[in-house]
Amino acid sequence: MAPPVPEPDPAQSQPYLAVRDLTVRFDTEDGVVRAVNGVSFSVRPGRTLCVVGESGSGKSVASLAILGLHNPRRTRLSGQILVGGRDVVGLDEKQIRTMRGRSMAMIFQDPLSALHPYYTVGRQIVEAYRVHHPSAGKAEARRHAVAMLGRVGIPQPDRRFDRYPHEFSGGMRQRVMIAMALVNHPDLLIADEPTTALDVTVQAQILDLLADLQSEFNTAIVLITHDLGVVSQVAHDVLVMYGGRAVEQGTVEQVLRRPQHPYTWGLLASVPTLRGDPDADLTPISGSPPSMINLPAGCAFHPRCRYAGETEGRSTTEIPLLRPAGEPDHLVACHLSDADRARLREHEVTPTEVA
Amino acid sequence: MTSQERPLDGSAGALGGDAGANAIADATAEADGGGTTVRQREPERTGEPLLAVEGLTRHFPVRDGLGPRSVVRAVDGIDFEVRPGETLGLVGESGCGKTTTGRMIVRLLAPTAGRIRFDGRDITHMRGRALRPLRRELQIIFQDPYSSLNPRHTIGKIIAIPLQVNGVRPEGGIKRRVQELLEIVGLNPEHYNRYPHEFSGGQRQRVGIARALALRPRLIVADEPVSALDVSIQAQVVNLLRELQRELDLAFLFIAHDLAVVRHFSHRVAVMYLGKIVEVGERDDIYRNPRHPYTRALLSAVPDVDAPGGASGRIRLAGDPASPANPPSGCRFRTRCWKAQDICATEEPALIRREGSAQLTACHFPETEPPR
Amino acid sequence: MSLSPADDIALSEIGPAGPQSQAAGEQLVGRSPGQLAWARLRRDRTAMISGAVLALLFIVALAAPLIERLYGVGPQQQFQNALDSYGMPLGYSGGVTGGHWFGLEPGLGRDIFIRMVYGLRTSLFVALTAAVITTLIGVAAGVVAGYLGGWVDAVITWVTDFALAMPFLIVALAFVPTVALRFYGQREAEPALFRVAVIIVVFALFGWTSAARLVRGQIVSLREREFVEAAQASGVGLAHMLIRQLLPNIWAPILVSFSLAVPSYVTNEAVLSFLGVGVVDPTPDFGAMIFRSISYLPTDPTYVFFPGVTIFVLVLAFNLFGDSLRDALDPKSSR
Ligand SMILES: Nc1ncnc2c1ncn2[C@@H]1O[C@H](COP(=O)(O)OP(=O)(O)OP(=O)(O)O)[C@@H](O)[C@H]1O
Ligand SMILES: Nc1ncnc2c1ncn2[C@@H]1O[C@H](COP(=O)(O)OP(=O)(O)O)[C@@H](O)[C@H]1O
Ligand code: SF4
Ligand SMILES: [Mg+2]
Ligand SMILES: [Mg+2]
Repeated sequence: MAPPVPEPDPAQSQPYLAVRDLTVRFDTEDGVVRAVNGVSFSVRPGRTLCVVGESGSGKSVASLAILGLHNPRRTRLSGQILVGGRDVVGLDEKQIRTMRGRSMAMIFQDPLSALHPYYTVGRQIVEAYRVHHPSAGKAEARRHAVAMLGRVGIPQPDRRFDRYPHEFSGGMRQRVMIAMALVNHPDLLIADEPTTALDVTVQAQILDLLADLQSEFNTAIVLITHDLGVVSQVAHDVLVMYGGRAVEQGTVEQVLRRPQHPYTWGLLASVPTLRGDPDADLTPISGSPPSMINLPAGCAFHPRCRYAGETEGRSTTEIPLLRPAGEPDHLVACHLSDADRARLREHEVTPTEVA
Repeated sequence: MTSQERPLDGSAGALGGDAGANAIADATAEADGGGTTVRQREPERTGEPLLAVEGLTRHFPVRDGLGPRSVVRAVDGIDFEVRPGETLGLVGESGCGKTTTGRMIVRLLAPTAGRIRFDGRDITHMRGRALRPLRRELQIIFQDPYSSLNPRHTIGKIIAIPLQVNGVRPEGGIKRRVQELLEIVGLNPEHYNRYPHEFSGGQRQRVGIARALALRPRLIVADEPVSALDVSIQAQVVNLLRELQRELDLAFLFIAHDLAVVRHFSHRVAVMYLGKIVEVGERDDIYRNPRHPYTRALLSAVPDVDAPGGASGRIRLAGDPASPANPPSGCRFRTRCWKAQDICATEEPALIRREGSAQLTACHFPETEPPR
Repeated sequence: MSLSPADDIALSEIGPAGPQSQAAGEQLVGRSPGQLAWARLRRDRTAMISGAVLALLFIVALAAPLIERLYGVGPQQQFQNALDSYGMPLGYSGGVTGGHWFGLEPGLGRDIFIRMVYGLRTSLFVALTAAVITTLIGVAAGVVAGYLGGWVDAVITWVTDFALAMPFLIVALAFVPTVALRFYGQREAEPALFRVAVIIVVFALFGWTSAARLVRGQIVSLREREFVEAAQASGVGLAHMLIRQLLPNIWAPILVSFSLAVPSYVTNEAVLSFLGVGVVDPTPDFGAMIFRSISYLPTDPTYVFFPGVTIFVLVLAFNLFGDSLRDALDPKSSR
């Protein structure tokens, strides 16, 4: 099911979430973990931004920082995070709390650990509702919660209302999480791998549901995933992260069809598909992900990049900055020249698209 | 071939000397270099199956809170075969009984009923010491690279333990053999003294593979060996498994929930639903012309990178799988099936060849048109 | 926000488990988990100070005969001439002089310092031996019960619960004198070592249960890990499984429980002496000293002061060290 792409009307294209130069560091015993390094992105109402990257590339840390869910004592945060025009960096816990739920909400990968095991799901949703509707009566809150459970596709919502999380299956729990996150109609929804733990058939249901709810409430969605198939299905815009930095960003068409960064090429090439030659070996990216404490100098991807040698040594010494990759709004952080990239991409990406 | 004929020391065989190791190392380098396409080898399709499973069943008694005792039918009477040098892919949604099947085959779990024959011998009821020789030929790779390695052992020790406890004395000593194995799976042999926490997920999975290879098995049960890995690393490990199969003539039972990965590693595929096999056959038959509605739904739910916005004509299943503690009567898929008729509730469809296709399909109303 | 576990999730999701601890590990080439713990321990001030105090006390206890020779006074020597006619030490603050650093005991006039040195020896010997024995029994019972499960587990758990249900002090009060009477008659003097052995037996009888419970719980959760199945699939035997696969993974809790058991035996032994069923005079012992000193509290506070402070320091140092050890071995709990 294709998400409806809203026309980029310049008058209303004010982004709801705008992150500028976000940097997050953790001080640990083993050194400073630079989890996110100068990342900028923005999401408009009704649009979905997918953040992709391998494990440990800083996706979750960036999203938790938006909701202010990091431990302030061990974390150093800088940059700007504008949610609905208000900078949440430096807000204290109390102020941020009033924004959670209403201005922004989050869905986690593991719904069982995000739901409280000792309360019924209904009670948890009611509680979430009443945080932002303190004057709402019990009956009214219950009505809202039941409606929301029905809305996310839970059969017999008024009977399921009084059940405990462990009595639900994985997909159902994820729906409950979504109901809880959406009960206050937040303007921004951050979903951290909401379907990774689910089976493909259930994943398809959940992604459909998110798309439906988005078109209904005009929510801005940030969806974190490492499944490029999911990205291709739901994203309007894509941000590719590697080693805590944005290495490529643009629309889904640009990033998946006309990728510019060698890491994105590698990612796309390594995905096994239902088309293509099943007897051929897959094309992995060699090497392993970098340590976030001791990032490689220059471009963090250079030890795994096949073309690092073609940049006259700049890959190993100079951090590449995001710059226009040819089309409007398409950015890439790579030292290769546009001409080189165009040439190499031919050879890199085309072979995997044979049907 | 009996176990006696297989050389157990380090002197001969594909894995024996440096030559074998280098051949594989070269193959790895070549594959990593991209471009070159190493094609999968066709296994011998004749002769006795290496593994034959008949009516394999496992029920777990459970007591849910204060409720009455009930039984979870995790695996409920399945039949399949794995031929030497072949990969059988076993796919299905979580909780359908894939892991339970794999554990029964390597005898980590005792079956409730049914028979497992390995290389012509009935191994269903082997216990204790009698299992020892079997362990050498039948190994397992686990899903979770974090919990499958003992955190207090060096990786050298982890790989050496199967050799030590089985009294295998390779030529050149255990340490040399361990280093050879590390090289085969693409790890630095110098690292045998390091601990698992010093390795990434993909590297740990390689250690698990080296451990399974140590005794030179003929069949490896790989229980979701790449599910916990990132795509780029997943491709490395799948390629490694394919190379090992080519070089060492290994048979695999490859358990996974990702149909695209299974397609790249299996010769034949079995699809499981709620403790039963619903469709099994040659890979291309299953992927090109799936006949069971569940196989079809499963295939169409795989999100496709090459089709932005999602392809039309996708089948959306309603609801979740039923509970294996209380499976539906007749066809177990009927609660989610869009083709179900009255007979589906009363009569269980048999897993047989259906008119117009080569694979076995357990459905009263198999699909006839190939999917678009 | 009691109903929103989101915050906890957020923190646990990016907690030190998982990929980043391994990324960090990349730097620390070739360091075993034990070495990492040792490095952490060395950076912990509390651990280092309490460790140094413990080391000092151990050296004093071990070197007691040497100290006696240097000090020139024995534990049984009586200095009646330094007491007044009421048996109280002459001079200030309990008879503290250059020759008797901590003064003299009222009544018998024995030197408090050297008796404390020997008392430390008795206390540490009893506590350490008891802790070693209880840990050994507890670990063996816990590992077997946890790994084998089934009826073995049921029996061991039942015995554990039974031992836990017995009131320690009452049994000790009944047991110690009865045994003493049984082996040595009414009037025979029992050898000092016999009494010590009986006390250790009493501790062993009761003390193994907590270690057993702890270890059993750990093993039950370890049993679920895939490396246990991997070892089974390689064909390892029971002994290998228990000793080489499982035991190395529970060193941390065992060490911690050991280091916390020792101080509790020190205090318990003192309590037994206090109640008169512990170590008996003339064997020097902390509990017995404090017991005797209490009646002199108003007249000779120094007598109470030195043994009291020392036992306090000993127990405190052990507990602090045990806690630091726990943090070092299991960084997740502290961070
Ligand atoms: N509290 C913390 N203290 C120290 N380092 C941390 C902390 N939280 C995260 N990190 C580090 O920050 C980096 C980014 O972590 P993050 O959780 O954002 O990864 P991710 O991209 O979400 O990966 P995944 O796909 O596995 O969820 C990692 O290297 C991680 O080790
Ligand atoms: N030890 C057990 N006790 C009770 N139920 C179990 C046990 N092991 C597995 N099951 C159940 O059996 C079913 C199949 O499990 P499993 O083989 O692990 O599934 P899969 O590997 O296909 O995800 C599930 O419903 C699971 O909950
Ligand atoms: S047997 Fe009936 S219910 Fe089962 S898959 Fe076939 S049509 Fe559907
Ligand atoms: Mg994450
Ligand atoms: Mg499984």
